Amino acid sequence: MTKSLVARASRIAAVIAVCAIAAACSQTRPDLAGGAGSVSPGTTQDFVVNVGDRIYFLNDQSSLTPAARATLDKQAQWLQAYPRYTITIEGHADERGTRQYNIALGARRAAAAYDYLIAKGVNPSRIKTLSYGKERPIAVCDAESCWSQNRRAVTVVNGAGS
Amino acid sequence: MSLGVTTGYPNNRYGRALVQSMIKLCTAMLIGAALVRPAAAIVEIDITEGQVEPMPIALPAFSGNGTDDQLAKDISDVVTADLRRSGLFNAIDPAAFIQQGMNVHTTPRFGDWRTIGAQALVTGSITKQPDGRLKAEFRLWDVYAGQQLIGQQFFTAPENWRRLAHIISDSVYERLTGEKGYFDTRIVFIDESGPKEARRKRLAIMDQDGANIRYLTRGTDLVLTPRFSPVNQEVTYMSYMGETPQVYLFNIETGQREILGDFPGMTFAPRFSPDGQQVIMSLQQGSNANIFVMDLRSRRTTRLTNTAAIDTSPSYSPDGRRIVFESDRGGAQQLYTMNADGSNPQRISFGPGRYSTPVWSPRGDLIAFTKLHQGRFMIGVMRPDGKGERILTEGYHNEGPAWSPNGRVLTFFRDTPGAQGGPQVWTVDLTGYNEQLVSTPNFASDPAWSPLLN
Repeated sequence: MTKSLVARASRIAAVIAVCAIAAACSQTRPDLAGGAGSVSPGTTQDFVVNVGDRIYFLNDQSSLTPAARATLDKQAQWLQAYPRYTITIEGHADERGTRQYNIALGARRAAAAYDYLIAKGVNPSRIKTLSYGKERPIAVCDAESCWSQNRRAVTVVNGAGS
Repeated sequence: MSLGVTTGYPNNRYGRALVQSMIKLCTAMLIGAALVRPAAAIVEIDITEGQVEPMPIALPAFSGNGTDDQLAKDISDVVTADLRRSGLFNAIDPAAFIQQGMNVHTTPRFGDWRTIGAQALVTGSITKQPDGRLKAEFRLWDVYAGQQLIGQQFFTAPENWRRLAHIISDSVYERLTGEKGYFDTRIVFIDESGPKEARRKRLAIMDQDGANIRYLTRGTDLVLTPRFSPVNQEVTYMSYMGETPQVYLFNIETGQREILGDFPGMTFAPRFSPDGQQVIMSLQQGSNANIFVMDLRSRRTTRLTNTAAIDTSPSYSPDGRRIVFESDRGGAQQLYTMNADGSNPQRISFGPGRYSTPVWSPRGDLIAFTKLHQGRFMIGVMRPDGKGERILTEGYHNEGPAWSPNGRVLTFFRDTPGAQGGPQVWTVDLTGYNEQLVSTPNFASDPAWSPLLN
């Protein structure tokens, strides 16, 4: 067990070393280092805390807002930096719609994030999409302040691949 | 009446015996009824009218011949509840009854029943047979004509007593309204427990009045939108069991479950064709959902729509020739119809708001839908050409109508807001005046009606 941890740590170090040399990663480095206080770079926790795992949508929309694009840019950079990860993009809708349509709307939101990450160079084989429609709200009050949190696409990092 | 009373039991011996004895006994008893039918004084209830004045009906407790009185009363209580919940009957308070001690052999003193305003009277008796089965006999009387309208006799195992009651209710309803009943039916639905942000959802089934709940899945996987086959005890639904959410087929009697088709993506919003031989559903590919149909015998799948939109919630017309569905191809959710081969799509909804979850009535005359307008969720009906829209109920959240097999009642779910809120199953008749809660132990959503079992 100790051995495998050491092996993993050295792999991470190797990835970061490669990244440091690449020009494309020059913007990523400060971001990754920025919030790295208690979070190790290149961990799923790093992704959630320092990159941002979710984007939000307007009511009944699947187009990406400027804020969503900014988050996805950072996700793309991180995924380029840590190519061993695969991800699942989970699309969600708020509860103010009908079930079947929301399943498709959640899928459409996940697809919007997928298409953007592909365009930014992430290999499509690393990404799976899944829609939960309105079945998994995270905020449960009866107000726009909650519904706006539920209209989201969450990028879940599936642990280290291989 | 093929005796579904034994449904759920592999050996249908009792069922057949019941049919046979019924044919024999009813023939004799119904001769009288057939003769008086033209002269019957009861004005048959026209349930297509706006608001119906419920027919006053007297339902004295069935007689158990002194030994099974409680069971006999339980049976007549279920009949009373069925008829009352239909909104078409006003069950007269037994405290008003003048003639007492009624059983199936008592000749009614019609004057006594007229005095309390009864138009119809149901009498009955329950007798335990030496072989352990129940014998149930009942008669429906036309109080004003002073004549018998129905006389029937059934045999069944005692555990089927509720079904027995529902069959009697159907018989009374059918004779007095001219429409098939819907009481001997079940509703498949999604049982919901746990907090709103982590709901556990189980496929479940209950009698149409909420009794006899059975859970068909364990709740480990998210399950949604079950739909009953119109011809047998099969259900199609969506499950998140595998890698990708898919449409499944589930046989209620055998417990057998299978994925439907081999689609390159998520499938959802399934529904059977009227002959039960096909399942129509949506396939998600990228940001588009299109409608496909799968033939259950050949396993062949056919694409019916090809748009860059969300085409979903397909539902066949009862003749199988047209399909109604929702699509946002015009910018927002609206209802469309098309031919069964996907040709000739036509938008039918044009009112303000978004229209979704269309369901074609088994009678063919109406399409029920969910409508969202200004933050309100409504259940409504319109004719298949989109005209004659009527809203039956509206509020914070009403969703997902499904028809009773006779096309006279809709079941749907009503959600309540906030962290503690949750959905419950309701019914509403076509007048919109008669709303009834179907009481369930947990929250419940996505109800869908079985065909008539008997």
